[in-house]
Amino acid sequence: MSPRVVIAEDLYLLRDGLVHLLQAHGFEVVAAVESGPELLTALTVQRPDVAVVDVRLPPTFTDEGLQAALAARRAVPGLPVLVLSQHVEQLYARELLADGSGAVGYLLKDRVFNAEQFVDAVRRVASGGTAMDPEVIAKLLASTARHEPLGALTPREREVLELMAEGRSNAAISQRLFLSESAVGKHTAGIFTKLDLAPSDDDNRRVMAVLAYLNAARG
Amino acid sequence: MRRLPLRQHVVTAGRALALGTMAVADTVLIALIAVSTLFMFVGVIVAFPPTVKLVRWRTKLARRLTGRWLGAEVPASYLPPPPPVRPQADGWYRHERQLYKTPWWPEWNNRAKWMITDPATWRDGFWLLVNPFVGGILALLPLAMVGYGLAMPWYWMPQVAPLGLVVAAAGLAATPWLLRFYGWWTRLLLAPTTRSLLASKVRRLDQVRQDTADSQAAELRRIERDLHDGAQARLVAIGMTLGAVEELMEKDPAAARALLAKSREASSTALTELRDLVRGIHPPVLAERGLGDAVRALALDSPLKVTVTVDLKTRPEAPVESAAYFSISELLTNAVRHSGAERVWIDISGRGKTLRVTVTDDGSGGADPSRGSGLRGIERRLAAFDGVLAFNSPPGGPTTATLDLPYALVTPESDTPRMPRWKWVIVSFGWGLGWLPLFPQGLVTMVLKLVGTPERSWFLALYLPEPLQWPLIVFNILLGLTLYSLAFALPLVHSQKHRMAQLAPGSLRLDE
Repeated sequence: MSPRVVIAEDLYLLRDGLVHLLQAHGFEVVAAVESGPELLTALTVQRPDVAVVDVRLPPTFTDEGLQAALAARRAVPGLPVLVLSQHVEQLYARELLADGSGAVGYLLKDRVFNAEQFVDAVRRVASGGTAMDPEVIAKLLASTARHEPLGALTPREREVLELMAEGRSNAAISQRLFLSESAVGKHTAGIFTKLDLAPSDDDNRRVMAVLAYLNAARG
Repeated sequence: MRRLPLRQHVVTAGRALALGTMAVADTVLIALIAVSTLFMFVGVIVAFPPTVKLVRWRTKLARRLTGRWLGAEVPASYLPPPPPVRPQADGWYRHERQLYKTPWWPEWNNRAKWMITDPATWRDGFWLLVNPFVGGILALLPLAMVGYGLAMPWYWMPQVAPLGLVVAAAGLAATPWLLRFYGWWTRLLLAPTTRSLLASKVRRLDQVRQDTADSQAAELRRIERDLHDGAQARLVAIGMTLGAVEELMEKDPAAARALLAKSREASSTALTELRDLVRGIHPPVLAERGLGDAVRALALDSPLKVTVTVDLKTRPEAPVESAAYFSISELLTNAVRHSGAERVWIDISGRGKTLRVTVTDDGSGGADPSRGSGLRGIERRLAAFDGVLAFNSPPGGPTTATLDLPYALVTPESDTPRMPRWKWVIVSFGWGLGWLPLFPQGLVTMVLKLVGTPERSWFLALYLPEPLQWPLIVFNILLGLTLYSLAFALPLVHSQKHRMAQLAPGSLRLDE
């Protein structure tokens, strides 16, 4: 059965493009809405497998979409939501991650350009994983760079950490960095030891641990 | 509640003596001015600036003494002195159509013009001219009364000694009152008028407007340049690449594919640049969440440990919010770059209508506010909203910057405080009952009295005995007029007083 998806985007062209893109990749678009209140209704009534949501929506054109997504997740814990935005903020990422139940994504709108990676991110979120924009992770790491244990990581370990924080699996990381999967496993083990985190084989729990660590390091 | 009335009286009397003596001695100054004026008529105008300087020195003394002794602060308000004369490119100094070798003559001319055109100069002069009479009488008269009262019995008539004592006591008692009156009079002439306060405010606003317009133009130029060299150029490149792809599609699909990938990359670079540009114009978080969260987002992106506390009940208006945000951003950047700090505390709070932001770091301090252009920029940004920056950075730290933006927060209540109830009672009483004494009991009765009709009806005055009728009619008319004028004037005075109170803090700051 194809995953059911709700799309919220106020620009017609982009909304239409997203509908076509996701339909072409085997999703069933159950609702494509253009405002915050509509989105909240669609999310709580349709209970989709995943929602793709623009942060800025009518009527206020502030963070209507994000608020609706957060409200829906409070009503339906763990409801998978992928948030798209013209800009990414650590602040919003933290709010999305705050409930610790995963199944969230936060990407720049530009990432839609690369259809495969974007669809992969949607699938990841739908299956309870995370998809954090590389820019959010870069900011997170840049602002924590001075903190002790992170400074102890080797450059390779840092690369692995970044990809891991984006929500990628060991397999995806090994493909990205042209490493064997066992080498990636060794690096992740090294990272977890240095950061004093409990190792975990479950991709999702691993990501949450890393993100929680990075957030905590910000103080 | 004075603990030492006698001592107090002696001090007051001493002050009165000093002020009175000075006032009388002013005649010498007046004579000097008269001489220099005479000189001026003859053509020796060189004496003018020193004379004005002398007068200003004297009024400065008077202002200070009035403030210190008479409890009436009298701020000065002269126009700002002219800027120093600059030589032209050829090394000559120009004044109107004349060229001079040395700056002396243009300088002198400017100063003379500055002094002549300043109304405060003439008010000073008038005060000085009248001061010997007013000051002499107000300050010395009670002392003379005391002296006369004490001396009278001994010299002339010992039998009136009690009367003399009464006169002396009256003089002593009157001294503080007369001195207060003297202070009021000095203030009246020497304090800045509403007009000059407004003039200085206008001058400042003019300056601020100029600065704001300049920085806005510079900002627009920067945005134009960024768009022109960045996103715009990239879109042109993408368009050209797509044109090439169109041609290659059939001949060389592999090359076309590579070009497409390249143009996708270019479009995402263009987007990144646009994003950065937008962030510099108006950060999206600020638009979406307001000042508090925008500063929190800023704090999260900073490499330092930044603690943000926000206590705002209302959201400031967008332009003010933006000015505050960029000022905080600049201060935070400074802390990262120069201070060597590890922690920063940002506190945003609203008190009444004032938005106050404090940025403190635990760095090494010793920052010189006059050197960095960043602080200058912050001041310019804030000035557009009457805001001020206080910067304190002692060597060894900590560095604290405080921004105050008055009138930034719109409070829901109306800005004029309500009149107290007793005033409302008087006002409604005046409007409601003023007609009664004025018309039937006053004016109409007067007409009837003038006409001399025997009809008395309910006109009270006509029932009185003949000699009391006119006084009561006049009294009634006056009473009616008083009630109406009170009803009319009370709200007016109330709102005006409040307006002046609002105006004063802003304007007094301009006089520095």
